[in-house]
Amino acid sequence: MAERVSLTVNGKRHDMDVEPRRLLVQVLREDLGLTGTHVGCDTSQCGACTVVLDGSAVKSCTVLAVQADGSTVGTIEGLTPADGLHPIQDAFWGAHGLQCGFCTPGMIMTAADLLARNPDPTDGEIRHALNGNYCRCTGYQNIVAAIRTAADEIRTGAGATPAEAESGAGAASAAAAG
Amino acid sequence: MIPAAFEYDRATSVEEALGLLRTHGADAKLIAGGQSLLPLMKLRLARPDRLIDIGRIEALKGIRRLDDGRLAVGSLTTYADLIASPEIKYGLFRDALPTIADVQVRNRGTIGGAIAHADPASDMPALLLALDAELVCRSAHRGQRTIAATEFFEGPFTTVLDPDELLIEIRLPAPSQHHGSAYRMLEQPASGFAIAGVAAVIGQTEAATGDTFDDIRIAVTGVGDHPYRAAAVEAALVGTPVDAPSIAAAVGAVCEGVEVMGDIHADREYRAAMAVVMAQRALEGARARLT
Repeated sequence: MAERVSLTVNGKRHDMDVEPRRLLVQVLREDLGLTGTHVGCDTSQCGACTVVLDGSAVKSCTVLAVQADGSTVGTIEGLTPADGLHPIQDAFWGAHGLQCGFCTPGMIMTAADLLARNPDPTDGEIRHALNGNYCRCTGYQNIVAAIRTAADEIRTGAGATPAEAESGAGAASAAAAG
Repeated sequence: MIPAAFEYDRATSVEEALGLLRTHGADAKLIAGGQSLLPLMKLRLARPDRLIDIGRIEALKGIRRLDDGRLAVGSLTTYADLIASPEIKYGLFRDALPTIADVQVRNRGTIGGAIAHADPASDMPALLLALDAELVCRSAHRGQRTIAATEFFEGPFTTVLDPDELLIEIRLPAPSQHHGSAYRMLEQPASGFAIAGVAAVIGQTEAATGDTFDDIRIAVTGVGDHPYRAAAVEAALVGTPVDAPSIAAAVGAVCEGVEVMGDIHADREYRAAMAVVMAQRALEGARARLT
């Protein structure tokens, strides 16, 4: 039997009836049309489905939508400002942090979560944070460089803050910065 | 992949969870973070008729210090919470926690879920065995009981918990005055689970003489069909200075009395050999951390 679920995704509230066995990533992609969140391995390994749930990065293929009832969810679509790219997106572009791009939304959401907690990570800390995100093209060097560049960019005041990953258009959530 | 259909209940309090377990216990699975259960359900290796979602029970979250100095860790405390907590000072936790799964899984996965799931290669059971933790459990029909971690694990994915029983909290003893602890594991590179993982605690009680140690606890995961204490190694090290010669003389017994697992990643002989190496390294690590 379907359960009533309320999700606030990228700042917008959605109330819907969801069968309990459906995964958060399915609701995001199939019900809400937010196909920027990718399904890669579907076995909690690859991190392509990473979203920010109540201020923490999670693998949305391993969360039931009913478990997320009442929560806030940030996806790659919410990170992107209306008038261009988020500094992390811009840095991935600039540093060539992607090739095929399939893993990129998950990489960027994980990076947003990292930078919300640790605005000035070392390369080691960036690599540790990316342990749950697989890229099969790049070899990671440029991904790490992109996140380092984005961190510098955000700290020096240009562009949006990672906390906006949570709430979409700017209503920054304190939870994401925790 | 999606799980097979199931009934879903969300408990908002311990009492509500216990009531649901009393009614449905045999056919239901508890879900907390779901980081072990959901992958199994998606692969249809687990097909529970009903999930009882305890993930929102605030009373089961967080870490508090008891009057006697012990730590009480709520069963819904996540790995990320443990890493962030200034109360978790044990060296073996600092070794193990950052290596368990990845950031995203540590944000959802709970200590209680890891223990109740009882994967024979998971890290957390070894840490709790080596610390002589106690597990506080409750059910509607038998009330509350406290189970020693050493009595909790029975086999692969099998514990002494009754079907209607809920793990409430994990109690960790206060460290003794002069102690050190460490965890060392050989990791299966794809899964991250232990091929052999050893947690070691060494300490001195008031009865200890000179530079020797009389409180030695060694716990092993990934090697047998459930985590265990290496009693023969412990006995061999009591009364020694836990220096290189005494460690070398003792660790060979780390698999004594245990049927060592073999699989495609590590056959029995290799796994047993690695258990010896990890025991040696864990003891050296504990020795180096003496306070």
